Amino acid sequence: MEQSIYILALPLLSFITLALIGKKLPHKVAGIIGTLSLLATTVLAYVTTASYFLAGRNADGIFAEAMPYNLTWLPINETLSIDLGILISPISAMMLVVITTISLMVHIYSLGYMKGERGFQRYYAFLSLFTFSMLGLVVATNIFQMYIFWELVGVSSYLLIGFYYTKPAAIAASKKAFIVTRFADLFFLIGILIYGYYMETFSFTPGETALAAAGTVLPTALMLMFIGGAGKSAMFPLHIWLPDAMEGPTPVSALIHAATMVVAGVFLTARMFPLFIEFAPGVLHTIAYIGAFTALYAAIVACVQTDIKRVLAFSTISQIAFMMVALGVCTGSDPHEGGLGYMASMFHLFTHAIFKGLLFLGAGAIIHAVHSNEKSHMGGLRKYMPVTHITFLIACLAIAGIPPFSGFFSKDEILAACYAFSKPMGLFMSGIAAMTAFYMFRLYYLIFWGKSHYEEQLALYRSGNIAHEPHKPHEAPMTMTVPLVILAAATCVAGFIPFGEFISSNGHAYAIHLDTKVATTSILLAVTAIVIATIMYIKPGRRITRVVKVVLREPIRAAYHRFYMDEAWLFVTKKIIFNCISRPIAWFDRHVIDASLDLTAKGTQWLGALIRPLQSGNVQTYCVYLLSGALMILLLLLYLN
Amino acid sequence: MSINLVIFSLLALLMIVSALFAVASSKIMRATTLLLFVLFGTAGLYFMLHYTFLGAVQITVYAGGIVVLLIFVVLLLGKGSVDVTQTSMRRYLAGVVTAMTGMAVTIYLINTTQFAQNTVDPDGVAMRELGMALMGTEKYNYILPFEVMSVLLLACTVGAILIARKK
Amino acid sequence: MTIPAQYMLILSAVLFFVGVFGFFTRRNLVSLLICTELMLNAVDINFAVFNAYCHPEHLEGYIFSLFGIGIAAAETAVAIAIIINVYRNFHSIHIKRLTNLKH
Repeated sequence: MEQSIYILALPLLSFITLALIGKKLPHKVAGIIGTLSLLATTVLAYVTTASYFLAGRNADGIFAEAMPYNLTWLPINETLSIDLGILISPISAMMLVVITTISLMVHIYSLGYMKGERGFQRYYAFLSLFTFSMLGLVVATNIFQMYIFWELVGVSSYLLIGFYYTKPAAIAASKKAFIVTRFADLFFLIGILIYGYYMETFSFTPGETALAAAGTVLPTALMLMFIGGAGKSAMFPLHIWLPDAMEGPTPVSALIHAATMVVAGVFLTARMFPLFIEFAPGVLHTIAYIGAFTALYAAIVACVQTDIKRVLAFSTISQIAFMMVALGVCTGSDPHEGGLGYMASMFHLFTHAIFKGLLFLGAGAIIHAVHSNEKSHMGGLRKYMPVTHITFLIACLAIAGIPPFSGFFSKDEILAACYAFSKPMGLFMSGIAAMTAFYMFRLYYLIFWGKSHYEEQLALYRSGNIAHEPHKPHEAPMTMTVPLVILAAATCVAGFIPFGEFISSNGHAYAIHLDTKVATTSILLAVTAIVIATIMYIKPGRRITRVVKVVLREPIRAAYHRFYMDEAWLFVTKKIIFNCISRPIAWFDRHVIDASLDLTAKGTQWLGALIRPLQSGNVQTYCVYLLSGALMILLLLLYLN
Repeated sequence: MSINLVIFSLLALLMIVSALFAVASSKIMRATTLLLFVLFGTAGLYFMLHYTFLGAVQITVYAGGIVVLLIFVVLLLGKGSVDVTQTSMRRYLAGVVTAMTGMAVTIYLINTTQFAQNTVDPDGVAMRELGMALMGTEKYNYILPFEVMSVLLLACTVGAILIARKK
Repeated sequence: MTIPAQYMLILSAVLFFVGVFGFFTRRNLVSLLICTELMLNAVDINFAVFNAYCHPEHLEGYIFSLFGIGIAAAETAVAIAIIINVYRNFHSIHIKRLTNLKH
């Protein structure tokens, strides 16, 4: 376990190295430094995880939490202190594996994707910083350390979204992401402070007496923490930053905005799960309803977007919402009786990270090939990019819930947990799962099937209608296809991992068994959805597609504009908050606080101007002042005597 | 009225009138000559105090050295040394007021102060005593300031040459 | 009969303040130097007078006067060197031109 400190130290070291001397290094060297240090980190993470689970269960039959390092960093009073350290629990071990794996894939992939970009070294420095922060977040020994790394993660996300800082859209997106998540983090911080105040500790396991005395305070604190998590995990209505965050480089989207950072909220909720389930089940169910609504909303929006990364972004929101729902529908800590959702959520987090990372990296390869995010510039790409096509298809099948791909198993567990909670919830989530299958295959067909944009353009060029020969799509280089293949392979096998053996709500081993009824229903629904998508999108201009477009014109337009959520936010912030709160405050600041300071400055200035002529540079005048002054002092002394 | 008082009055009159004219004159050459009269008057005062050596020094150093230096520079600078500009009325008034106030205060203080002894030792200071005091190393002897003086004068000579020398 | 000390002191005070007045109103460096000499001279008289009337058994005032004269000589030498240099640089010894201290 002692080696676990290097899991944090190596990415940090790589960040510092690249940030300090990166500019002087050639691109290739910087990339290799970052990738190699991450490779070492990944190996260490695997070793740590393996040794943790191989150490076996303790007498209670659970994997005890291991804390190889813990340092009192900032003592506040006798009982309360902010600690920094490393804590390995089943879920943090799982997260270590997920983060390092996806991050390593992204590092390798970026060698090809970012080749020749300006700021290549900066990109790798930021990737290292992000990896360090995310790893620090999951191994946090207490909620405050988690918060510190939580913010670091937010900063690195901000830096990476705004990587193309010459693009106004990227700058706007990075600011939006930062401000929205910071807004949510404010609640998180308040929650932490309330928690710390009443529990007299920041650790995840407060003392019994403090818990008994807490009463309604604990649910409030937990709810506030969840709002912070909802901000990072893009739950409705704080989801607005995630689609815009796609302005960043695509591998970054894969790493941060699909696989790791956005699940931080889920991880946080899971980390606090024992407290949630025992003291705040009501809050937990609220989370379930928020999650369910978000899942539906995001799925609908995903059905009509034209930018492929946006589709994936909304699909991410929807899938994270699935994880939230799974956590929220828990009613007990025994996985056999109401606690299944916890395991299901973590399982889905695990599988989703892999296949969503794969989807994003695939999308990156496609964008790399056609130089556009818009689906209208794609179509018919399966001939030109066979590897990307196959891996993308595998990922689509996984997210749609088709066995034997990993998504099927985890989603099935989630649905089983939902049905166990209540039938309407189960049906609702099954419906959304079907929608997932539909929009993913819509995307798949639009990219890889149908009329090839390139061929159309080529025909136009041959007939002399356009001046430039179109750019021919080509398969991505090896550095990009290898991660795709690795992740696709992982997607195929990840579902067969006996996940419940390692992670469950009460720590005891849980054997995953498929609920045949649920499984059959969801497979049927998914297949149906895929068939509908096939009918509608396998060839362009199908009559049914046109009919649907005409019949549902207004809803489609609303969904395309994301149901005007951004506009609603803008209205609230710009029209209401700015006008009613910010402007008066600004006025007060400018005309009362600033004015009083200005007055001091003006007074000093006036006084200075008044006595400035005394400084004439004329020595004789100075002598006059000196003598007159001496005389006045003499007179004063005489008068006083 | 004793003969001493008559001499003192004449000296005082000479000095004050010369000083006033020296200060008021716009011709530097004339001012310097009038300053010479003041310095001679001062030497006369020292003689009245029976400080003959001091009086002699006053005449040789001040009248003989400094005034000659002044005349030298006036002649060297020629027309540049003529004070032609008129002083502004304000400054003139300020000068008068300050000088008058200061004079009034000082004279008031002098008049209200009682001196323990209002006579002068008619023998003055013996030359031998003075020499011992200047060169002695005992208490109330001044060998150190004397040497410092000589170093200072040397430094001034060197400094003056350095400053005035053409580059 | 000797002259009262007050008379001597008043004379030196008058000389001193005549010097002050001149220092205030004259605009020429040499004139200023003359005024300074007047003031220094008045101070020397004071030293001598206090010594002669108050502490005839000591020689502090006497010797202070001697040193005062020496200092005056040194000061005049340096001042004249400066005046010559100023004249060389500014082609005038008028005090109005000499405001470089301001900058």
